[in-house]
Amino acid sequence: MAKRVAIVGTGQTFHKSHRPDVNGQELIHEAVARALADADLKLKDIDAVVIGNMDHFEGINYVDCWSVDGSGGTMKPIIKLTTGGTTGCTVAIGGYHLVGSGMFDRVLIIGWEKNSESDTTGAITTAFDPIWDRLVFAGAISGLAAEAQAYMARYGATDRDGARVSVRDRKHAMNNPHAQLRKEVSLEEVLASPMLADPIHLLDVCPRSDGACAVIMASEDIAEKICPKPDWIWGTAARHSYSYLGDADYGRLTSMREGSQELWKKAGIKEPRKELDVVEMYQPYSFGGLIWIEDMGLVGPGEAPRYIWDGNTDMGGELPINPSGGVISCNPIGATGLIRCAEAAMQVMGKAEGRQVPDVNFAFSSGFGGCWWTDMILHGKKKPA
Amino acid sequence: MDRAAIIGVGMTKIEKRKISQTFADMAWEAVNKALTDAGMTLDDIDNVVTTSSDFWDGRTISCMAVGDASGAAHKNISCVEGDGTYGAFYGMTRALSGSYRTTLVTGHTKGSESVSSLITNAAFDPIYERSLGMDMITACAMQARSYMHRTKTTAEQLALVSVKNHGNALKNPLAQLPMKITVEDVLKSEMVADPLHKLDCSPVSDGCAAVIIAHESVAEKFRQKPVWVRGVSFCADSFFFGDRDLSRARSLAQAARKAYAMAGVHDPKKEIDVAEVSDAFTYQELLWLEEMGLADDAAAGKRLERGEFNLDGPLPVNASGGLLSGHPVIAAGLYSMAAVVRQIRGDAGGFQVQKAKTGLVQGVNGLGGQSHCVWILDKDK
Amino acid sequence: MAEKENIIIESGDAVQPFAYSVGMHGSRFFAEIRDHKRFLGIKCPKCGKVYIPPRGVCGDCFVEMKDWVEVGPKGVIGTFTILRYAFIDPETGAQKPVPYGYGFIRFDGADTLFQHYINIEDEAKIRVGARVEPVFAGERKGSIRDIEYFRVID
Repeated sequence: MAKRVAIVGTGQTFHKSHRPDVNGQELIHEAVARALADADLKLKDIDAVVIGNMDHFEGINYVDCWSVDGSGGTMKPIIKLTTGGTTGCTVAIGGYHLVGSGMFDRVLIIGWEKNSESDTTGAITTAFDPIWDRLVFAGAISGLAAEAQAYMARYGATDRDGARVSVRDRKHAMNNPHAQLRKEVSLEEVLASPMLADPIHLLDVCPRSDGACAVIMASEDIAEKICPKPDWIWGTAARHSYSYLGDADYGRLTSMREGSQELWKKAGIKEPRKELDVVEMYQPYSFGGLIWIEDMGLVGPGEAPRYIWDGNTDMGGELPINPSGGVISCNPIGATGLIRCAEAAMQVMGKAEGRQVPDVNFAFSSGFGGCWWTDMILHGKKKPA
Repeated sequence: MDRAAIIGVGMTKIEKRKISQTFADMAWEAVNKALTDAGMTLDDIDNVVTTSSDFWDGRTISCMAVGDASGAAHKNISCVEGDGTYGAFYGMTRALSGSYRTTLVTGHTKGSESVSSLITNAAFDPIYERSLGMDMITACAMQARSYMHRTKTTAEQLALVSVKNHGNALKNPLAQLPMKITVEDVLKSEMVADPLHKLDCSPVSDGCAAVIIAHESVAEKFRQKPVWVRGVSFCADSFFFGDRDLSRARSLAQAARKAYAMAGVHDPKKEIDVAEVSDAFTYQELLWLEEMGLADDAAAGKRLERGEFNLDGPLPVNASGGLLSGHPVIAAGLYSMAAVVRQIRGDAGGFQVQKAKTGLVQGVNGLGGQSHCVWILDKDK
Repeated sequence: MAEKENIIIESGDAVQPFAYSVGMHGSRFFAEIRDHKRFLGIKCPKCGKVYIPPRGVCGDCFVEMKDWVEVGPKGVIGTFTILRYAFIDPETGAQKPVPYGYGFIRFDGADTLFQHYINIEDEAKIRVGARVEPVFAGERKGSIRDIEYFRVID
């Protein structure tokens, strides 16, 4: 029989723009040690390891093999999953299936990146087809700008609407000691920051970071013994359609729409806006905070700006989004999706400290990347049926 | 836990250079062959796992190239980076976790598009090792040397692995290098990295393979008689060569032990009927067989000389021709798995062995066999 | 203990050269641009969607496509941005000259978007929906660079 799965511990580094004081294995180990301490487990308790990053940011082939001194994978099963920006969420989904299958009782999941070790935009550009896409593509920002431009043309949204999302996330980051950028900004400051790619200003986008995150999942047979109030995984979904950048429907995130609908159906959620208590989404730029929550079904098409302006997604609002400060405050890419998962788990477990949202029953976390791909997880306080 | 079975396999022919095919074209061919083999349509596939490597493919997010052509549009999908046996493992857990009933697993590589030694050089530690110019061949030459030193295995015995496997490939139309050669031919071929001659090494290859894995509740609903997964395990050793006993593979010994335990195999020498193991280099077939208990310590060479691993021997090893006869790196383990599945189903064609109830598949990740994945497949549930 | 020092090792000029296969569909597409300045898309026999770049499989329908159709050469801007920050071009290692117009072009008769440069001499004209035409390179070799850029024509 398939096993229900819960998160019983999380750990992350204090993410920074540049960590020349540690190598990759040492960075990974910081997160692993914290997750083990959080779950009060020892390395010998871990049955298997799932790890992910984006190879070309560090230029290391077979990272699962190379990293064992940091991950603790020596003489254990270790497997690598890699799907681009979605990787952090992909590895979490991987841990869920490894435990859910009954093959392993306790699985350690790791996402990491040392973006400081290469040219991030150059490496992202090589994600795209060498024959068709690479000539004009300019890293993540160019594609995101094209999405924002299309959304604005379709729904009449403005760059002020985008800036409001950035103001929110940067304010939330003040509550999170792990965030890299902790400085409040005003709407005017966002709009006055240098234009990178129309309509995206510097303060609309994420930084690049060095960081790692680790999450421990356990099967229903032992989860509550390890952690009295674990974070139960209610469901996962992923959509990676599209082969070329020009295949996407710019201005809408189809992968988020299809995946979230699947998730709501699985969990019996009818009104996500009312039934979810907190959202940690992989939102690397401000406009994603508008477009993608519409595709999640929180509000209708074109309705996100109003919903955001009314403060509904701020701390204390109807549905706080990114209490951690989100990706705009910190983006160690291979870890980023897993940080969202860990933050959502901490909210459910009541361990989110200064950024805790009260009484969390359902939390949502996601990963974003690739060619408009989305991976996602529904977290819950109660054990799923 | 619930049981899983392999219910369909499909492979492209392994070739030196598939110049007219993109990754997507290869995936389309392999996936359709697997669906046809299984008697399934794409509607019967619940989710997809692709296996690829950003380094081998020369692009970050290499899985992007093959998702649509693998039938993943509007379905759940993920990507494993590593040997195909690891992709299959993850695919199996997805069929057992209650989320999906069937997983389509693909793996592809086009070794022809890159310079292999630069790709494998990048697997060495950038701080301590890479600038020494190490690559997979030089690393494995060191391992071959330490294995030969410890076990007194001879260059002639290594060469005989090449003779056997290239000879087996004559009976496998998908193989890249079917060859009738002699021990002398191998020993006279160019010395690439002492003690490995050119014919001790697998070629650079292009290919894509697909397997379909099903939960027991649906495994018997389709065309093929299911081949059951009785046991599977994987394990990684230390990274640095200096931290390992290179003449051995303790991670393989552990993975095999756990796979046998799960399968209820007590005496592998007697119970395993057929094996496809990772023979990227000749010595590896012998070393791996010993570490998995399929030959006594330091005795695989002698068993080989007695013809015991031949197609008509008591334990046919790499009856398909193995990786020596075609090595699309990431897809390799899926080709091995498909070969054993076909043996157990009795439809391996020219390289069919006589008795094939229980089969073993082994795949490798990393340098010099740092990480191994071992599967025990069986005709019976 | 000596003062803490953080040593960095540079990879220098290490590169991994690749010989990417354009494949049978792309090869025909580029040969057609090179020889006839014509754009070929490929049509799904099931849903009728016309794809560019051409490829073998309609992902949505999971059927093979063999039906070539001429599209463009004119089209509209599906969406765009203007790149204004300096970054390294991974293909050449040099700084990309900015600003430049980055466009997703919807050729007349095509359903997916084609990426290329957009001429931004007159920025006011660059908008979603603007009509564009390609400007071809003088010497064409059968690659994406056979098109220099697209320019707005209305």
